[in-house]
Amino acid sequence: MNNSLIIGQYVPGNSIVHRLDPRTKITIIFFFVFIVFFANTLISYGILTIFALTSMITSRVPIRFILKGLTPVWFLIVFTFILHLFVTKEGTLIFHLSIFKFYSGGVIQGLAISVRFFLLILVTSLLTLTTTPIEITDAIEDMLHPLNKIKFPVHELALMMSISLRFIPTLMQETDKISKAQASRGVDFRTGPIKDRAKAVVPLLVPLFVSAFKRAEELAMAMEARGYHGGEGRTKLRELKIGKHDILIYILFAFVIAILFYTRSY
Amino acid sequence: MDITFKNVSYIYQANSPFAHKAIDDLSFHIPSGSFVAVIGHTGSGKSTLIQHLNGLVKPTAGEVTIGDFHLTPEQKPKNMKELRSRVGVVFQYPEHQLFEETVEKDIAFGPENFGVSKSEIKHRIQQITPAVGLTEELLERSPFELSGGQMRRVAIAGVLAVRPDVLVLDEPTAGLDPRGQKEMMKMFYQLHQEQGLTTILVTHSMEDAVKYADHVIILNKGTKYMEGKPEAVFTQKKALNKVQLDVPEMVQFLNQFQTKLGKEIPFDRQSIKQVAQSIQQIIKGAESS
Amino acid sequence: MRKIIEFRNVSFRYEDEQPWVLKNLSFEIYENEWIAIIGHNGSGKSTIAKLLNGLLFPQEGEILIDGKQVNQDTIWDIRKDVGMVFQNPDNQFVGTTVQDDVAFGMENRGFPREDMIKRMEETLSAVGMQDYLLTEPHRLSGGQKQRVAIASVLAISPQVLILDEATAMLDPKGRTEIMQTVTDVQSENELSLITITHDLTEVVQADRVIVMNEGEIWREALPREIFSLKDQLREIGLDVPFITVLADELNQLGVPITQEPLNHEELLEELWTLHSKT
Repeated sequence: MNNSLIIGQYVPGNSIVHRLDPRTKITIIFFFVFIVFFANTLISYGILTIFALTSMITSRVPIRFILKGLTPVWFLIVFTFILHLFVTKEGTLIFHLSIFKFYSGGVIQGLAISVRFFLLILVTSLLTLTTTPIEITDAIEDMLHPLNKIKFPVHELALMMSISLRFIPTLMQETDKISKAQASRGVDFRTGPIKDRAKAVVPLLVPLFVSAFKRAEELAMAMEARGYHGGEGRTKLRELKIGKHDILIYILFAFVIAILFYTRSY
Repeated sequence: MDITFKNVSYIYQANSPFAHKAIDDLSFHIPSGSFVAVIGHTGSGKSTLIQHLNGLVKPTAGEVTIGDFHLTPEQKPKNMKELRSRVGVVFQYPEHQLFEETVEKDIAFGPENFGVSKSEIKHRIQQITPAVGLTEELLERSPFELSGGQMRRVAIAGVLAVRPDVLVLDEPTAGLDPRGQKEMMKMFYQLHQEQGLTTILVTHSMEDAVKYADHVIILNKGTKYMEGKPEAVFTQKKALNKVQLDVPEMVQFLNQFQTKLGKEIPFDRQSIKQVAQSIQQIIKGAESS
Repeated sequence: MRKIIEFRNVSFRYEDEQPWVLKNLSFEIYENEWIAIIGHNGSGKSTIAKLLNGLLFPQEGEILIDGKQVNQDTIWDIRKDVGMVFQNPDNQFVGTTVQDDVAFGMENRGFPREDMIKRMEETLSAVGMQDYLLTEPHRLSGGQKQRVAIASVLAISPQVLILDEATAMLDPKGRTEIMQTVTDVQSENELSLITITHDLTEVVQADRVIVMNEGEIWREALPREIFSLKDQLREIGLDVPFITVLADELNQLGVPITQEPLNHEELLEELWTLHSKT
């Protein structure tokens, strides 16, 4: 019944992008987000776009999943474009509509910002589309490792994240079960005045909390029984490994940066 | 209330790559007042069946009729609350649905939702409390202070307080110890008889089905695999084994007895004592001949 | 035979002023022995399991595991020797996949990665779950989750495996799966096994049975001896298996059943002998 449950947006696959070390993906995306703002010529934008589109194609993630990720921001992209169109008063006048004057600078600026937006969202959603949440957790744990020195509980944080990921499907099943049981006792979650509907949440939330606490208690006991005593002296099964592909991508990306800075205008 | 399923199918997440058929062309009829056992493995479609009985889902195809209520892919009954007040469901581990501050309030929650008057609720609680094996002084306690068995009884009282015509029980004895299980089933059977309920028991226990049900429906992979009187269904060992279900222990023993001693003792839901008597006669017969 | 577990006059209660959950308990469990602890809900049987693992400590008496006393200083060693499978299959599954869950216990003990992979293969094969390495828990049945839990415990090669009502929340199919797995595992490993249950049919294969009632040991005997107690078992909230009741009825009708049968075959054998004697 719950075979369809997917946490986050991960689309299973075995492409090069999927197989990259999650730290590689996070690092590259971090720098990509940064350098997008340095692009200012057609060629520099072109390079970044080619990079993003190539990543997308090699990931073999179906287009519809990517478009689904873009839907909530589609409006934002169009809105910024129009805003620029109206506000920017640079370049030559190209169009006159009653009191509004549209300049070439507005079109260019609007396009540039929209492309930036588009690239940012495309690349960041590629991360979540090709990396399992647990891989991201591992990567974060590894990358934050230096913070251990200032007593920041990196391991605990990562463990908390992975346990949450593990229990999301369980709690979703539970929510479904309890809401059906209460509906059967005459609770109406869907109709009626807002006040009644808000009240209807109590019979759902109380049992959910009670059960979550019980689960937490039992899980803690089971973990202790299985010898869990913090991160000290702990080894890990899941290993992050920088492979050939990762190095290749780093080199390629260095090239992209180099060409970008070479072709941008100063 | 009579219950009829006519060619009912239910598909989870239809039109998606994850579509999954939980019920497939299921038809059966349950006459008012009967005690029916529905048996099948986890994933056989039992819980989807239960949800149809309460209008929690509507069929993807076919028609479900419960008394005067009709559920089809196109329409749900207008008065869903009315349907839910007539069909009470005791879900698996019903104690997980408790939430009120006191036992009394929790029992009253259902009837209040269905518009039963305060005085009537009070009256019903007085009746139901002893019937489900709870004592009056528990009414003022928090349900979360009670033992697991008591919590379950509170949840059951909450369903019974609505005074449904149909009682649906989903594995009502799961997790209880043997004594608790026995008492619980006895209680349901008594309620069934005294209040003239139509009872649908979803269970894994062949023994309970043999003991209490007058009709058995075996589900497998969302379809009806077998149906009939317990003594007729449960003697078909081969057919049941094929879907990895066992026959009741007594039937198993009688089969082995026949193989080993070459004498048949037919199964007709007799008591263990009666089986012993039959065996005694066979052995005596052998002695005298 | 080597003594693996010893309870010496152990008493336990959760808080002062509260009634004792366990009263003056003493028993011993030996190497490679299979002990079934049985009792109704609330008889104190699960508390024994928690004491064995140092999840709780007794107020009185002492508990020795392989000669070591269970206390705050020894619990981490003890937990290496005593593995536990709990009742709820969901609430003990820590990993996001089967492989992560089996690894969890080994990671805690600092096993090198190569060992983990090797042990994981061995133990998952032992419970028949080797094809599910990357499966997520919500795609497994209850019985499968419990088998993974057993594999996780076996991975750290404990001397004692405790199943604390591990079958209580499973359907009959899952229950059979687990009992079969446990039987296989015990016969193939040097392992003492403690199964805690309220189902009398699950104690048949045990070497010895401890029956708990009201926080005390009510009886300690062979399964066959326990079965012969019948009505007394009912009095303390337990059930009597079909075959035991039938043998009893037959005896009352003058059909002499000499041995308390543990299973169908034993009773049929006697009946066959009686039948063919003439």
